[in-house]
Amino acid sequence: MTLEAYADTIVPGQKRSPEDRAIAGVSTGGGAVQAGALELLEWDATGIHDGLDDLARLVNEHAEVYAGEQGLTLDPSVPPFVALEYPDRVALILRLTKPGHPEKDFWVMLSLFCNMSFDSAAHLHTAQALADGHPGLAAMGLSHPDADGLWRFKDFGYGREFARLHPDTTSSGSPA
Amino acid sequence: MSSTAERTDVLVIGSGFGGAIAAYHLAAGGAKVTVLERGPWLESNDFEHDYKLGSSYTRAFDFVVGNGMSILGGNCVGGGSVVYFAAMPRAPRFVFDRQGSIGRRMWPGAVSRDTLDPWYDRVEESLSIAKQDWKDVSYAGGLWAAACNHSGRTANPLAVAIDNTKCVNCNWMMAGCRFEAKQSLLVNYLPAAIAHGAEIRPLHEVQHISRTSDGDYQVHYNVIHDEDYRLQAGSGVIEAKIVVMAAGAGATPVILQRSEPHLGTMPRAVGRYFSGNGERLNTAIIDEEKAAELFGLDRGDGLAYAANQIGKGPTVASWDKLDGSLPEYSRYSLEQLYFPPGLGTILAQVPDATGASWFGKEKKEILKKWTSWLTIFSMIEDDNEGVFGPPPATGNAHRISQQMLGRGNLTYEPTKNTLGAWDASDAEVKEILEKDGLAKVMPWTNDLVGAYTVHPLSSCRMGDDPHTSALDDRNELRDHPGIFVTDGSAVPGALTVNPAMTIAALAERAIPGIVQAAQAKGIAVTYGAPAPDGSRSGRKKVLPLLPTLTRA
Ligand SMILES: Cc1cc2nc3c(=O)[nH]c(=O)nc-3n(C[C@H](O)[C@H](O)[C@H](O)COP(=O)(O)OP(=O)(O)OC[C@H]3O[C@@H](n4cnc5c(N)ncnc54)[C@H](O)[C@@H]3O)c2cc1C
Repeated sequence: MTLEAYADTIVPGQKRSPEDRAIAGVSTGGGAVQAGALELLEWDATGIHDGLDDLARLVNEHAEVYAGEQGLTLDPSVPPFVALEYPDRVALILRLTKPGHPEKDFWVMLSLFCNMSFDSAAHLHTAQALADGHPGLAAMGLSHPDADGLWRFKDFGYGREFARLHPDTTSSGSPA
Repeated sequence: MSSTAERTDVLVIGSGFGGAIAAYHLAAGGAKVTVLERGPWLESNDFEHDYKLGSSYTRAFDFVVGNGMSILGGNCVGGGSVVYFAAMPRAPRFVFDRQGSIGRRMWPGAVSRDTLDPWYDRVEESLSIAKQDWKDVSYAGGLWAAACNHSGRTANPLAVAIDNTKCVNCNWMMAGCRFEAKQSLLVNYLPAAIAHGAEIRPLHEVQHISRTSDGDYQVHYNVIHDEDYRLQAGSGVIEAKIVVMAAGAGATPVILQRSEPHLGTMPRAVGRYFSGNGERLNTAIIDEEKAAELFGLDRGDGLAYAANQIGKGPTVASWDKLDGSLPEYSRYSLEQLYFPPGLGTILAQVPDATGASWFGKEKKEILKKWTSWLTIFSMIEDDNEGVFGPPPATGNAHRISQQMLGRGNLTYEPTKNTLGAWDASDAEVKEILEKDGLAKVMPWTNDLVGAYTVHPLSSCRMGDDPHTSALDDRNELRDHPGIFVTDGSAVPGALTVNPAMTIAALAERAIPGIVQAAQAKGIAVTYGAPAPDGSRSGRKKVLPLLPTLTRA
């Protein structure tokens, strides 16, 4: 649940049900969680799968410290990071990923994979993910490939001359 | 000399531009050539259109996060050429007169645009490099050209190593070209090298080099698991008379650092003076209505642009600031580029963000406009600030993911000169693209993985001064005769344009010296091969230069 909340802070989505606590619900449509962030993180190919429990524990510890500093009372029925409101989750991740933070590498990597679950569905075959309506690829407007799974664009340019060439250009197209 | 080790005449480390060019010429000249390449050997049919971890897109890449600088490079037979965008301009004339951080000319006296031009010609012939026409330019390139023109600037379709009759504008160049339209080394120098007997061993990662008692070299490697690069499947040693190092500017100095206990002291410049070629990316979010209104753009179906996904990497660049009369650090080029999701999207920032700029609610909103993104790549003059720390246990990074992601020891703290040049180029991109409301622009953040380069250079550079250059002006490692470096690490500094053309030309130029050193060690090899396809006009122009390149 903690990692879902983290992923949802990176690319927020809409709550799966009114009781959903992990997803803050600050955005419409699917976010990183719906895009499969947990699936990607838990895959051993990422190399961070082993450390996920530690990361969840750590981010909760940071959330408690943060809440203490801000004078926030956290709902004890959910993990501390989940108990934070969305703006506080953001503020905490900004702090953890800031240059100089001793754990920055971990949090950047975690963020990177959360983002990848949404922007490239790195745990799924792209063509299949698109066919299945993957929320990230769909939101970004990626087009569908040809039947053989390859992309080709017959129309690719305006075919027009748009500007003067730099006067010092060689005949093969290099700076003179 | 150990009798059990395998032997070859010339051992080439890495199969990118520096490695493939050396392998071809030496094999064609008659030497027994063995190439060790840490990545897999992928062929056209292996190049998938797939972002899934483990597909060709991640198998062919190496992304190493350092301290203040991350390097993205190729990791496969063919090296960076397999994943590159094939933009192949020559470096402008003034580049060779740069002083950079050392306060005097940093290139060897023997190298200038004039002396390099015949070697550039050879590469142009070998890779069929040609100037694109406006009709070859992608929507993104057209839009960039229109914006440049609108703000009073010129714009140039780039010289590329692409066969446009085969290109389908799929924009998957970074996963390897499925259609053999891109002139990667897999379709010219490498097959020609193999035809002349060169042996290429994929998934062989060189760890260090040691010396035999009679002055030859032993090259120690690990065999890498073909899917999970964190795993090793054995190790071995090959003896060679000549070693050509071409593991790329992020790896060559690391191998040399690790070899220091075996080979003796390395020149001071090994692992210093690294340059990221001054790269910087800006993401513009185009206002589609403005693009239609200002430039009359129309894709024929009511869309003005929304074509981020379509095309073939960079097609158009602005060279107005490549003016040799301007002071150093104020010259740069601005190139339209495509960057696929996954590797860089997270670094794009929300223009005018009020809270978090690289993640969160507002970032998601700009991700939804991804098709209207236009990416502009600046290549400024940096200060060669990068320094490699102690080498990791193996390879050039501690590998994290099964492929692609690792943590390395490069530290890069940009100086005022570099920061100022980035700022100036950012400001110009903003001025051009925000004019009359065309777009909103923000540079990629450096806060997450540092600056980001796909053009690592200079970590083992050539020069005249032993204090600031690791190689002499013929690419031989100082004090270690018989070891040559022909990759991007030999290039003395940032080039203000894409570097592969210059890396390749310098590699071509280094060959006569390597052949001579090989001959001196008793290898039966001659210089003089034509271009990989047999063309001879490039060779005609360089043969007269040989006396200037061989030692008396
Ligand atoms: C996405 C992308 C786009 C690019 N687009 C362009 C472009 O349009 N124009 C341009 O000019 N440049 C471009 N480049 C840069 C260009 O690819 C490089 O400048 C060029 O490939 C460098 O050549 P090289 O010989 O120095 O090294 P590489 O081509 O990087 O070759 C080094 C090889 O050594 C191997 N290696 C590393 N360590 C070891 C080891 N220990 N043992 C054995 N092998 C090892 C690597 O796997 C690699 O194959 C691009 C790069 C990328 C990543």
